Amino acid sequence: MSGLGVETDRLLAVLRAPASAAALDAAQWSSLVATARACNLIGALADKLQRHGVPAPAAARRHLDGALQLAARQRLSVEWEAHGLQRALGALGVPVVLLKGAAYVMAPPGKHGAAVGRGRMFGDIDVLVPRDALGDVESALMLDGWVSAKADAYDQRYYRDWMHEIPPMTHIRRGTVIDVHHTILPLTARNAPDPAQIIARALPVPGLPALRVPAPEDLLIHSVTHLVHEGELHNGLRDLHDIDGMLHGFGAEPAFWSRLVANAAGNDLAGPLALGLRLAQTVFDSPVPATTLATLDATAAPRWRRGWLPAVYGQALRPPTRADAGTRAAAARSVVYIRSHALRMPLPMLLRHLSVKAWKGLSTRQAETAPSV
Amino acid sequence: MLPIDTVLHIAPYTVRLRSPLVGLQHHLDTFYANAPRGSTQDFIDFDVQVLPASGLRRWWHPQARFVLDGEEPFFPLPAEQAGPLFEWGMNWCVAQRPLGQLVMHAAVVALGDDALMAPGFPGAGKSTLCSALVHLAGWRLLSDELAILDPAVGALLPHPRPISLKNASIPVVQAFAGVRLGPVYRDTRKGDITHAACPAGSLCMADRPAKVRWVVFPRFETGAAPHCEALSRAEAFVLISEQSFNNERMGEVGFDALCALLTGAECFEMVYGSTDDALALVRQITGSDGKGAAP
Repeated sequence: MSGLGVETDRLLAVLRAPASAAALDAAQWSSLVATARACNLIGALADKLQRHGVPAPAAARRHLDGALQLAARQRLSVEWEAHGLQRALGALGVPVVLLKGAAYVMAPPGKHGAAVGRGRMFGDIDVLVPRDALGDVESALMLDGWVSAKADAYDQRYYRDWMHEIPPMTHIRRGTVIDVHHTILPLTARNAPDPAQIIARALPVPGLPALRVPAPEDLLIHSVTHLVHEGELHNGLRDLHDIDGMLHGFGAEPAFWSRLVANAAGNDLAGPLALGLRLAQTVFDSPVPATTLATLDATAAPRWRRGWLPAVYGQALRPPTRADAGTRAAAARSVVYIRSHALRMPLPMLLRHLSVKAWKGLSTRQAETAPSV
Repeated sequence: MLPIDTVLHIAPYTVRLRSPLVGLQHHLDTFYANAPRGSTQDFIDFDVQVLPASGLRRWWHPQARFVLDGEEPFFPLPAEQAGPLFEWGMNWCVAQRPLGQLVMHAAVVALGDDALMAPGFPGAGKSTLCSALVHLAGWRLLSDELAILDPAVGALLPHPRPISLKNASIPVVQAFAGVRLGPVYRDTRKGDITHAACPAGSLCMADRPAKVRWVVFPRFETGAAPHCEALSRAEAFVLISEQSFNNERMGEVGFDALCALLTGAECFEMVYGSTDDALALVRQITGSDGKGAAP
């Protein structure tokens, strides 16, 4: 019981124990499928039910099969993009580390237990490159047909001066979007990780010499730090589900936990990691050794050790469109949004950024409501 | 009038529809009075609400919003267009939601279990042709706009909803015997539009899929002499792919399903300048007088 509302709790219960779905009636299947779709977990749900041989009624199966098919198609397209990156960037001799979804797909089977990303839907491709190679990577991508999607001068400056990535680039023919990062959190953020170490520890991708995937512990740390630094948790449960998959897949190897703690402490990320692991424990019953949490707590900065944090993030994870999303969830979402920005930049910079965003939002809205017919 | 809260079986889907808008109630009364009803105890494929816009827009040029599972996939329309908004919204639901079906932009009619599929480039006249075949030549309607191919069945699934008619096609179809049109909506984003009811006979057969025997690309041209030409399956494949909403997302399954569909079909392109010519060409292609099953 995680207290995220009846519908979300039912989804989580089925993800934890797929056989429990056998007892659902048609209306409950409706809500299960709709909630899974709203949380972007419908493919994961379909995959779990299929692997555990739990039959779904025909009407629900159509949605589940459709999601599995789409996930398989997206997986193929991620592989295709990875080959495209090898072609575009191979000659630079620079390590290109795939992050998040792309890493889950391209990780060598066995090493990462293939535990993550089954039935997952994919969005943008994220990669990490050494900061001094950024210019070369950007030019090579442009030659390959990738163009910057943010033309606005303020947006360009926001990304380049303050953030941990260059503005997203869109492929002119395929329409796919790539985010090129040079570190895994904003330059202005307080918990500064060292990207050089992540790149150094990264593992090769068979057949694609320019590409790497993060070592298991870095993959997990990256996923967790993103989740708890994220301002909007639309995909929060999906990301937490990825994290749960990693904890199951990697955690069986005892050395994993000590490497995890060492890497997080070395990267000043003990606090965020402890918070993320606690969320996974609460929501998915993920296996996390108590000693790991204790060690992380001991080295975490005080602002990450506040007792109310897991509860607030837990509330903010409620899918926003469902009827059971109450005002408590809305308040929690605002706290998470503001906190994410506070973590990302110092206060004066934050105030300036939010006012520019608000001003730009206002002028766009005025343009939209102007008579258009 | 009480707000709408009903569950409609619009084959092959179950739709929950909620709305307080009177215009939508009229639309339901006109076109869905005979649609089988279900309850919220059923599995719901699409949870649809058509709601008034909030704030100032409730009174000043009131608007209707289409909400699917709590999300608003597109911009609102004027409130008096709630009926067309529902139809467009349903098209969006069917075309966008991955349900393992290949969805193509085409009119589909059938004689018994033999389907004729007319993929439509906008303005090609497929809705008029579809109405003519259904009302004047005894074909049953599967859909005027959405060919839904179930790869497992290898056949198209009926999706009985009113036929959408635009601009110049409205008076043409109005003249057909036995046709029942709803109100004409003036000056929508597609010009003047109206709907023609799905005939009761077609609705009765809504659970019966039909296999594609003929693929016909129609082209209405004012004053054109009737002309018909066979197309290779490869050409038809390319043309249909352009008119498919989700073949990119369906990957290999969609590719194979479309190949299988075309393997059993003959493909044609036809040009005509009048409804009579169009019906004659279809008779020539299908070898049928429309009074019974095709040979």
